[in-house]
Amino acid sequence: MSTTNVGADDPSWVDGNALAGPLGELMGTDLTVAELTCANCRTTRPLAAMRVFDRAPGLVARCPGCEDVVMRLVRTTERALIDLRGSLVVSFPLPNA
Amino acid sequence: MAVITRGFGGRRRDDTDLPPGQYRTDDFPVLSAGPTPRIGLDKWELAVVTEIGERSTWSWTEFTALPADETTVDIHCVTHWSKFGTRWRGVSVDTLLADVETSAEYVVAHCYGGYTTNIPLEDLIDGQAWVAYEFDGEPLAPVHGGPARLLVPHLYFWKSAKWLRALELRLDDEPGFWETAGYHNYGDPWREQRYRAD
Amino acid sequence: MARAAIPGGLTWRPATVAATRAETATARTLVLDVDGWTGHLPGQHVDIRLTAPDGYTAERSYSISSAPGPGRLEVTVQTVIDGEVSPYLVDVAGPGDQLEIRGPLGGWFVRRPADPRPALLIGGGSGVAPLVSMVRAATAPTRLLYSTRSPSDALFRADLAAAEAADDARVAVTHVYTRVAPPGWPTPPRRLDADALARVAWPHDADVVAFVCGPTAFVETVADLLVDIGHNPANIRTERFGPSRG
Ligand SMILES: Cc1cc2nc3c(=O)[nH]c(=O)nc-3n(C[C@H](O)[C@H](O)[C@H](O)COP(=O)(O)OP(=O)(O)OC[C@H]3O[C@@H](n4cnc5c(N)ncnc54)[C@H](O)[C@@H]3O)c2cc1C
Ligand SMILES: [Zn+2]
Repeated sequence: MSTTNVGADDPSWVDGNALAGPLGELMGTDLTVAELTCANCRTTRPLAAMRVFDRAPGLVARCPGCEDVVMRLVRTTERALIDLRGSLVVSFPLPNA
Repeated sequence: MAVITRGFGGRRRDDTDLPPGQYRTDDFPVLSAGPTPRIGLDKWELAVVTEIGERSTWSWTEFTALPADETTVDIHCVTHWSKFGTRWRGVSVDTLLADVETSAEYVVAHCYGGYTTNIPLEDLIDGQAWVAYEFDGEPLAPVHGGPARLLVPHLYFWKSAKWLRALELRLDDEPGFWETAGYHNYGDPWREQRYRAD
Repeated sequence: MARAAIPGGLTWRPATVAATRAETATARTLVLDVDGWTGHLPGQHVDIRLTAPDGYTAERSYSISSAPGPGRLEVTVQTVIDGEVSPYLVDVAGPGDQLEIRGPLGGWFVRRPADPRPALLIGGGSGVAPLVSMVRAATAPTRLLYSTRSPSDALFRADLAAAEAADDARVAVTHVYTRVAPPGWPTPPRRLDADALARVAWPHDADVVAFVCGPTAFVETVADLLVDIGHNPANIRTERFGPSRG
């Protein structure tokens, strides 16, 4: 029987870049260039540079510094939910700025 | 018109004994909301904490010396796969609660790595749930929740918390990681309770 | 499971396989025709969605490996054993088949045409795909370091040789083999290390951007090595494809 192909030491996360599609479809803009400040360790990074766990009931972005969750995205039957309790600030570059 | 991709079947198979909206798989997909925690067995500890803060704890040696059950169950993941006939060995939650005095109605499972999930106490007792440490005759692999995970096969598999560290008994219900992010508070696969509004 | 499109959002659109090209025994490039496609920035990816006749769907991300251009794009897929989507794309899909794509996606792991800085591109396995798009569109000096297990695992051999042979000498390509090297290769097969990197990289005080792409474990290692040899972490961009399963 095949159980898993993922070695325990084979890290499985992808970069926040991978959220461009799922978030772009909802928001109509590229949120991966937005900067998030981790509520735990207070470092600020673009969403694109967070660690994303995409093989889960939702998409989970974690701070690469402290591994705390900075964003969760869940798509239910009727709604999409973006949970940002792990981020203190979300800042967006303005177009043409 | 939806776009159908010719010749694409995906990994799933159809089956009759499946809860609604599920597909059967023979793999054991690895789902995880975070990195796999590494817990040395010498540091590992399992705790049961009551609503008044009384703690019972087991070291790995103590825990694996408890009477254990072999159980073969079907599991159902909210991401639509089900796996039939999975074989586990673990300690019944009844055994862990045998000497515990409580009037709690709810439980929060706390895990190494920070994950949490909430389950009514009555769903964990009377032979319905285990803390499992072997899968298919082998020590439970870290990616699948080893050293030990909760096993509550009658609920969606996100309730079967990997890397279990403590069971917190509570008078009130406290939604966990996925339950606070749009998933159903109870999660019965046969009633297809995937999301909060289902 | 069809979903309504969200107004103003990036939506799924049909794509038709126009042609396929074998890259290696286990990887190939798919040429996709998309109505209204206006091009992309090198480094960007698309999400591909496959739908079975009973409505079951699967979505995965693939980097765009072609040069930017209208109406058409290319993705290059490496088979993952027991994978759900990649074996279909590599072994089954053929000209005329339809799938859906969403994109172009991502504004972070991109090489903008106006950026005059030299670029150091480091790819592992199929992670070379977005870097090849950067190579094809290069206007500034570009060095590609490409790590594969063996010569027969290397994608885009002909394209990379052609880019290197161009008169302007803008592009330089270095191969690193981790398991099997070609006969007469100067170094035995080995993992990409600080030495190999330092030989290809510009002096670390130069204003260089680095793009690193491949399996997550590969990207982790290379990004650390770049910082170790003095690269400014702010000028390192990464794209992790997930576990290598190798
Ligand atoms: C932004 C981005 C760009 C990409 N570009 C390319 C590209 O240009 N070319 C290319 O070949 N691939 C690319 N990939 C990888 C691609 O998206 C798929 O992951 C790959 O093709 C495998 O898909 P699959 O359906 O065949 O395998 P799956 O069926 O998804 O996986 C096979 C096995 O690997 C495990 N696995 C795979 N991925 C993960 C994960 N992330 N976490 C945990 N377990 C996992 C599964 O559990 C399973 O056991 C890219 C990924 C990202 C995020
Ligand atoms: Zn942090």
